[in-house]
Amino acid sequence: MPKALKAESFEARARAKAAPGSHAPGPEDEGHGPRPLIIDSGRNPLAAGMRELWSHRELLFFLAWRDVKVRYKQTALGAAWAILQPFMTMVVFSLLFGRLAKVPSDGVPYPVFAYAGLLPWTFFSNTAGTGGNSLVNNASLITKVYFPRMVIPGAVVLAGLADFGLAALILFGMIAWYGLNPGLALLMLPALIVLLTVLAAAVAMWFAALNVHYRDVRHALPFILQLLLYLTPIIYPVSFVPARWRWVLRLNPLSGIIQGFRSALLGRPFDWDGLGISAALTAAILAYALWSFRRMEQGFADVI
Amino acid sequence: MRAIIRIEKLSKRYRIGSRGTARYETLRDTIVRGVRMPLRAARRMLDGSRTENQGVARHDDAKYIWALRDLSLEIMPGEVVGILGRNGAGKSTLLKVLSRITAPTSGRAELYGRVGSLLEVGTGFHPELTGRENIYLMGAILGMRRAEINRKFDEMLAFAGVERFVDTPIKFYSSGMFVRLAFAVAAHLETEILLVDEVLAVGDAAFQRKCLGKIGDVARHGRTVLFVSHNMASIEALCSSCILINGGELEAKGDPAQIVMRYMAAELSAHEGSRALIGHQGRTGISNPLMKSVSLLAGAGQTSGMVRMDEPLDVRVEFEAEAAIRPVLGVSVRTAEGMPLFGVNNRWTNDGIEDDPIRAGTITCSLGKLPLMPGMYFLDLFFGDFGDPTRDLDVVREAISFEVAPADIFGSGALTPASEGPLLWRASWSAQAGREGKQ
Repeated sequence: MPKALKAESFEARARAKAAPGSHAPGPEDEGHGPRPLIIDSGRNPLAAGMRELWSHRELLFFLAWRDVKVRYKQTALGAAWAILQPFMTMVVFSLLFGRLAKVPSDGVPYPVFAYAGLLPWTFFSNTAGTGGNSLVNNASLITKVYFPRMVIPGAVVLAGLADFGLAALILFGMIAWYGLNPGLALLMLPALIVLLTVLAAAVAMWFAALNVHYRDVRHALPFILQLLLYLTPIIYPVSFVPARWRWVLRLNPLSGIIQGFRSALLGRPFDWDGLGISAALTAAILAYALWSFRRMEQGFADVI
Repeated sequence: MRAIIRIEKLSKRYRIGSRGTARYETLRDTIVRGVRMPLRAARRMLDGSRTENQGVARHDDAKYIWALRDLSLEIMPGEVVGILGRNGAGKSTLLKVLSRITAPTSGRAELYGRVGSLLEVGTGFHPELTGRENIYLMGAILGMRRAEINRKFDEMLAFAGVERFVDTPIKFYSSGMFVRLAFAVAAHLETEILLVDEVLAVGDAAFQRKCLGKIGDVARHGRTVLFVSHNMASIEALCSSCILINGGELEAKGDPAQIVMRYMAAELSAHEGSRALIGHQGRTGISNPLMKSVSLLAGAGQTSGMVRMDEPLDVRVEFEAEAAIRPVLGVSVRTAEGMPLFGVNNRWTNDGIEDDPIRAGTITCSLGKLPLMPGMYFLDLFFGDFGDPTRDLDVVREAISFEVAPADIFGSGALTPASEGPLLWRASWSAQAGREGKQ
C-alpha cells in the first residue's frame, strides 16, 4: 500500500504541475513558486511583515467581526451598549462637572462638549484595554496556528471602530439638537479619526505584546487608563488649566486629538500646534510599538 | 526532483522554567536582571578570565532543554511522512517550527509551497457562534480565502454530518459533533504542504477512519503531508516514508514498516532493567538531577526489567547530591495505562534512615514479592532528604518500566486471565456440603 500510494502521488503531482492555477492563491502567496518560505532564527524585514499582514486582511475582518458578534451575543440590549456607555458617562459628567462643579466648556453646552471628548476617549480606552489583553486572551490560537500576530490587536481596533461609529450617531444628534454648525471644520474629522485609530492601535499593540511577557500589564492597564482620563482635557477644557502647566497636557498625544475632535465637530478654532505635536508623538509611539512588537513577537508562542 | 521541504540543522531550545510552573517572568524579574546584567558584564570584563565565562555557560545549559537538535531532513513533493518518537522527542516542536508558530533557535528550513497545519482540533472555534459562523472563522484562521470557504462549505458540512445544526451555536453541540466540524474545516485546506499533529486521537472509531481516509486523499492529490501519530497501523497504511525522532535528533528515515519495527523494538528495550536518569524527560520538581540511575533487581538479584509473578523486586537508585543528606526514596507503581497502584516511601515508614548524612551512593527499596498480574508497569521515583520533610529534591515520573511475566504460581497448571485487573490476590476457599447435599 505505501509504495502504490507514493507512485500515485508523484503522478498526481506531475498532473497538477501540468495544469497550473489549479490551486486557489492563498494568503501566503510569497511562499509560491521559486521563492521559498524560509524559516530561521532571524526576523523577516518590516516590509515583508507588512506585506504578510496585508495578505491576511480577511482574517483581520473575520476576527473583528467575531469580536463584535460575540460581544453582544446573549445581551438584551445588544449593540445599544456601544451607545449607552459614553452616553451615560456624559450624563453623569454633565450633572457632576457641568452643573455642580460648574466646569467651563469653551462656550458650548457642557453635555455636547463632554460627549465630543468622551466619544474618542471611549474608543481609545476600550481599544487599549481590550487590545492590551487580546494576545493573552487568544493564547490557544497563538500556540496552535500561524498568522501575523498583529492581526489580533488589529482586529480589536477594527471592532472598536464599529462601536465608535454607533456612538458617533448620538453626537451628530446632539449637534443638531443644540443647533451647532461646525461648517467646513468637519472636513478635518476623517484625518482626526485616522490619527486616533493609529494611536489606539499602537498603544494596544504595545501593551498586548508586553502583556505576553509580563502579566503585570493586565493589572496596570485599567489603572493607567483611569489616570489618563484625568490627564486628558475631556471633563475640562484646556483653558481650565493654568497657562504655565499647559505644556504638560501637550505631552499627552490624546489631548491634541481630542481637542481637534471638538474643533471639527463644535466649530471651535483649531489648535494646530497641539495637533501637530500629537501627530508627531503618535508617529513616534507607532514606530516604537512596531519595533517592540516585532522584537517580542517571535517568543510569543513559547512564553504565552 | 527538488525537495519541497529542506531542513538544515534545525535546533530549538526551550527554557525549562518558561514551560513549567513559572510560566512568564514578571516585570520585577526583568528589572532585577536589568540591574544585575551590567554589573555582571562589568565584573566579567574586569576578570577577563575564561573560566568565569565557562561557568556561566554551564549554569545556563542546565536551565534549557533542546527540543530539536541539529535536525536535517529533505522531503520530496508528494511524500507522506510519518513522524514517530516518544513523548517529548520533539515531534510537535518540529511541526510548530515548520508551521512558523515558534521560531527555531538556530538552523533553517525552506518550504516550497503554502503550508497548512492542523495541530489541534477546534482551535479558534468560538462557542457562542453558530456552526456556519465558525466554519468561516476557522477557515480564515487556517488561511483560507472567503471564496474558497464558500466553494467548499457544503462539502465541509456533509463531511461533519451536522447539516441540521448549521445555525445552532456550537456550545450546544455534542463533543463528537464539535470535533467532526473542526476536522472537516481543516481537512479541506488546500495547501501544498500539510502538517498534522496527533489530532485523530479524538472522535469515534468510524470518524477516525473517515479522517484517515481524508488524509489519504490529500496525499493522493500530490500534496506533501507530515503526520505525527502514535497509531502504528495508520502510519503504515498512510505514509510513504517515516522518520524516527529521539531526543530532538533525527534517528532514522526510511520505509514506514522498517521504522515502525525499529521504534517498537526501542520501546521494548526500554525495560532493560536499568536506566540512566540524568537526561530523563519525566523529571519534574527541582531541576537538579540528584538521581543518576535506577536499576531493578529481580528474583535472585540480577538486573532485569522482567520479573515473574510473585517474585521479589528491588529498586536501587544511584544518587549524588551537592551536600551530604540523609536520603529517602519514594517509589510508586502505576499500570501501563497510568493508574496508580501503590506507593511506598521511607519518609513515612522511618525505615532504613541513615544517621550519618552521605553525599553520594545508592539507596535500595525492596518491594518484596510483587502482588501484580502479568503486564507492563511504570515506576515513579521521589528522592528527598530526611532532614527536609517539606519537599522532594528530585522527582522522575515513569523513571523505568518493567514487565511482570506470567508464572504458574499456584502450581495448578492454569494461567491467570489477563482481564482481572492488575492485582494478584491470594484468597482461600472452602466448600461445605449442606444437609440436603449429603449423600
